[in-house]
Amino acid sequence: MGILVVAEHDNATLKGATLNTIAAAKAIGGDIDVLVAGQGCQAAADAAAKAEGVSKVILVDDAAYAQQLGEPMGDLVAELGKGYSHILAAATTTGKDFLPRTAALLDVNMISEIVKVESADTFARPIYAGNAIATVQSADAIKVITVRATGFDPVAAEGGSASIENGSAVADKGISSFVGEELAKSDRPELTAADIIISGGRGMQNGDNFEMLYKLADKIGAGVGASRAAVDAGFVPNDMQVGQTGKIVAPNLYVAVGISGAIQHLAGMKDSKVIVAINKDEEAPIFQVADYGLVADLFEAIPELDSKL
Amino acid sequence: MKVLVAVKRVIDYNVKVRVKADNSDVDLTNVKMAMNPFCEIAVEEAVRLKEKGVASEIVVVSIGPKVAQEQIRTALALGADRGILIETEEKLESLSVAKALKAVVEKEQPQLVILGKQSIDNDNNQTGQMLGALTGMPQGTFASEVAVDGDKVNVTREIDGGLRTVGLTLPAIVTTDLRLNEPRYASLPNIMKAKRKPLDVLTPADLGVEIKSTQTLVKVEPPAERSAGIKVASVDELVEKLKTEAKVL
Repeated sequence: MGILVVAEHDNATLKGATLNTIAAAKAIGGDIDVLVAGQGCQAAADAAAKAEGVSKVILVDDAAYAQQLGEPMGDLVAELGKGYSHILAAATTTGKDFLPRTAALLDVNMISEIVKVESADTFARPIYAGNAIATVQSADAIKVITVRATGFDPVAAEGGSASIENGSAVADKGISSFVGEELAKSDRPELTAADIIISGGRGMQNGDNFEMLYKLADKIGAGVGASRAAVDAGFVPNDMQVGQTGKIVAPNLYVAVGISGAIQHLAGMKDSKVIVAINKDEEAPIFQVADYGLVADLFEAIPELDSKL
Repeated sequence: MKVLVAVKRVIDYNVKVRVKADNSDVDLTNVKMAMNPFCEIAVEEAVRLKEKGVASEIVVVSIGPKVAQEQIRTALALGADRGILIETEEKLESLSVAKALKAVVEKEQPQLVILGKQSIDNDNNQTGQMLGALTGMPQGTFASEVAVDGDKVNVTREIDGGLRTVGLTLPAIVTTDLRLNEPRYASLPNIMKAKRKPLDVLTPADLGVEIKSTQTLVKVEPPAERSAGIKVASVDELVEKLKTEAKVL
């Protein structure tokens, strides 16, 4: 037996969330194999082999997995995962897409977005948008699990020397195809990996005003996020959304600008180490979770902050 | 084309959830219940497909206690044509729900099955994908746009880095994300009309499905509370605190 971790990657690079998922596997205990399925993904497999705690990397390099579509990935992981006690993937939009298919093919239930390992069969996970934490024990023969990255400190990316072996693809049924993608292009750090995040809310008033936040963010190497209100109002694209239905983040410093602090937003950022809130409404609920609150007009405070950093 | 929509009865999204004093579960006694918001979006999408002439019939299905009929009636008032309740008092986990839905899919033979991406109670985000695997159908999860074109459907999905469009062979599964549409409200005449629309009640046994539980809820606790910190008077004080006290800059 052992644990199979499905790597999150874009063929060229291994995504950071994989290291948090390996950390969850270590907490469960047992040999850890990492599956890298993609096309032209040798570099991602090499990176996975260097990660701390990995016994073996299984590389499946095939056109069927080029975009890691849910249907072929679900089939492949079910086939390769049969001999393992646990199958883990990061709770990203990729992992959440294929892993339930894998679970159903193996005729087991799944445990989504765990934040803590209690034992090899018992896990804690948030329910009701993070308003409660459930501890769940699974009696399934294979535990199929997605891991919320913010719940586990990543293992070291370097230092390991796992072997890489080639695995074979499973026949693709050809029922789904990749049509196109619109990915946000940004030189700023990815939200789920950023050390500092500055997020804007409805108080930003429009998309142009986000320039202020971008400028400040670039100065201090921060990522820029947004509340659901700002996204729904069309100020910024949806991939910037932090919250229960967006990205779940836990940076060292989270600066909420013009964000009131709806429960759905708090669910996405309340595990941040230090929270700063800047809002002109001193009654805003965001101040109840902020370590440092500044009651001020953001259009004065942000330029001033920019000039003093 | 026939569209099947699955809906779930959950706590109303406006209700603040409380954990029971004995930590056995959340307290749902006398709490307002409603249709899961993502399921409302699923119903709305089906109704829009019918209004565009793409869908010919909308069947709405729910699995749960007798009272879940209320949510099916809501879907009928929004424009679905008929309802199916798979009535059970058993504890439901995603795999059992997916198996029951698979039996309905085999019976109804829909070309498109639309579900919410997750329910706001357990936040599992599993059922649509499991149904896909069990029926061998492709899936467009976390959809923000659905375009049916002949025997194919293009689904634009909300993914971590932006948007991705996949092409799926029908029959297919779509799970809805928040920005797919804005659900309408049911009008009073439509609510009255919905009362006369057909609603079949079946049991899991009628469909040859066994409801099985493999997970035990050990305990439910409130999340660790974060306490409010301090208010700073100026930007200068904020910068000072972040540098010397919090040491994050």
